[in-house]
Amino acid sequence: MNPLQKLAASALCAIFVLMVLATFLLPTPYARQFRDIPNADPSTAHPLGTDALGRDSLSRLLYGTRVSLLLAPAAALLSTMIAALLGSIAGLLGGWFERIVLAATDLSLALPWLFLLLVVRATLPLDVPPFVSVVIAFLMMGLLGWQAPIRVICAAARGVRDSDYLLLARSSGCRPARLLLGHVAPNLRPLFYVQFFISIPLFILTEANLSILGLGVMEPMPSWGNLMRGFEDFSTLAASPWRLVPLILLVIVVMCFQLVLPSQEVTQ
Amino acid sequence: MIETRKSTNFFRLGLRRLLFLVCLGLGGVLASATLVRFAPGYGAEERELDPRWRADSVEALRQKQGLHRGLPSFYFHYLSALAHGDLGESDSLKRPVGELLRQRLPVTGNSVIRGLGVAWLAAAGLASLGLVTRGWWFEASTTAFNSLLLSLPSAVVAMLAVHLRTPVFCAIAVVVFPRLYGYIRNLLVRSYDQPHVLAARARGLGSSAILLRHVLPLAAPPLLALFGVSFAISFGAAIPIEALCDSPGLGQLAWQAALSRDLPLIVNVTLVVSLVMLAANSLADLAGRAFAGSTQ
Repeated sequence: MNPLQKLAASALCAIFVLMVLATFLLPTPYARQFRDIPNADPSTAHPLGTDALGRDSLSRLLYGTRVSLLLAPAAALLSTMIAALLGSIAGLLGGWFERIVLAATDLSLALPWLFLLLVVRATLPLDVPPFVSVVIAFLMMGLLGWQAPIRVICAAARGVRDSDYLLLARSSGCRPARLLLGHVAPNLRPLFYVQFFISIPLFILTEANLSILGLGVMEPMPSWGNLMRGFEDFSTLAASPWRLVPLILLVIVVMCFQLVLPSQEVTQ
Repeated sequence: MIETRKSTNFFRLGLRRLLFLVCLGLGGVLASATLVRFAPGYGAEERELDPRWRADSVEALRQKQGLHRGLPSFYFHYLSALAHGDLGESDSLKRPVGELLRQRLPVTGNSVIRGLGVAWLAAAGLASLGLVTRGWWFEASTTAFNSLLLSLPSAVVAMLAVHLRTPVFCAIAVVVFPRLYGYIRNLLVRSYDQPHVLAARARGLGSSAILLRHVLPLAAPPLLALFGVSFAISFGAAIPIEALCDSPGLGQLAWQAALSRDLPLIVNVTLVVSLVMLAANSLADLAGRAFAGSTQ
């Protein structure tokens, strides 16, 4: 790790600690309204001011950070697990199963990621409680985000399939499940970690896009995307630049992930 | 003789790609039809909820709509309608989906092509400049700028475009550029470090000559494949940008359809987009292989 990567990793750790401690740091509950001071400037009581509904912006930012930073890794974990399972099996078995998995991957990859999410979101109800909207966003990204990692994992598993040690394991009478769990998965573990970390910034950006479009996390629950919905009127931001803090935090986190990962590719 | 065999192989590859495209397209159509058929609220008509309608009238209405048909029958009717160019009717806009697509596709196509053009020119130009100059400061500043652009959500870029009153294609270019720049730069650097390029440099060939004669031909096949991928990136970026910039294209249509849960519309929009993407990717792949074959 070079010094810049160390700095990025430290910043990420600090932000994650902030996220964990959000409950103790919240000045007020994120949904509590101070109706007499909507759109207030920063003060000692409200360090980042209040929003149009009079809610404390710092509380919403801290809680929104927790929602976004929990949602993205959880979705990344789910998608990586799906990709790891399907990709390893496809690479190990080869033949028609591999062809079907790769054809399904091609079909999904042919579709822009946001289009795919919109189609699935359209099949689900929009008028749902905030917590359900978080679960829907997490499941959608997790269940649909496996296409890019699966190709890489499948190719790596194909390499393992032709290796000498797997041939030896096969000739020793290892069952397919044991081959997969005992030989293929441990060898591909570093690849799984990389794919997991690559997916996190992609999902952070996707959540932000979906929430800004009104299809992600629903009000009053805050998330980074939700908090940026107020940016539609950029002219007011010049007078109140502290409202840009959620965007700045998001950019810092995504850039830190890009720095920490050696050769990551944020595709959408 | 070798030339004839090469062209026959290429023709076979093209046919295989076309067959693959047709199969994937058919799979996509059936998946879309299944999604429409099993979506919650499928076939629910407001008229059925009207208490003035008698039970037998509601039943007659359902029979007329064919809602009790089984899945194979549903597939057959969906496919036969599709073969006749009938993509159904939008639930929310009450207009034929085909007509909506004909109106919106050129708008998005125009923005995407212009945006891609600008993004490709900027990314290729900057990557080539970086390769020729090979300066530390240039490298660090472009990487930092690229990283910043990569970290911005497309929707924020769209809101900024609204504020600055820039055209939609500029916003698409801003979203696509950083994705292209990273790949192009890496490809060119990798090609530049090849032994034959080193030999050309040792012979004293100029930077532009090396780039044009030795580096670009080597990087061309993956660059052509990247061209196909960049189509998917730009169409994806078109959704938030068109939605927030109020541009009447396919992206805005898909967003409106998702907000109003208009499944026939969003499924058909997605189907058309995925077919365009598949065709673009296949063409780019074939062009890359043809180029690689001709340079060999």
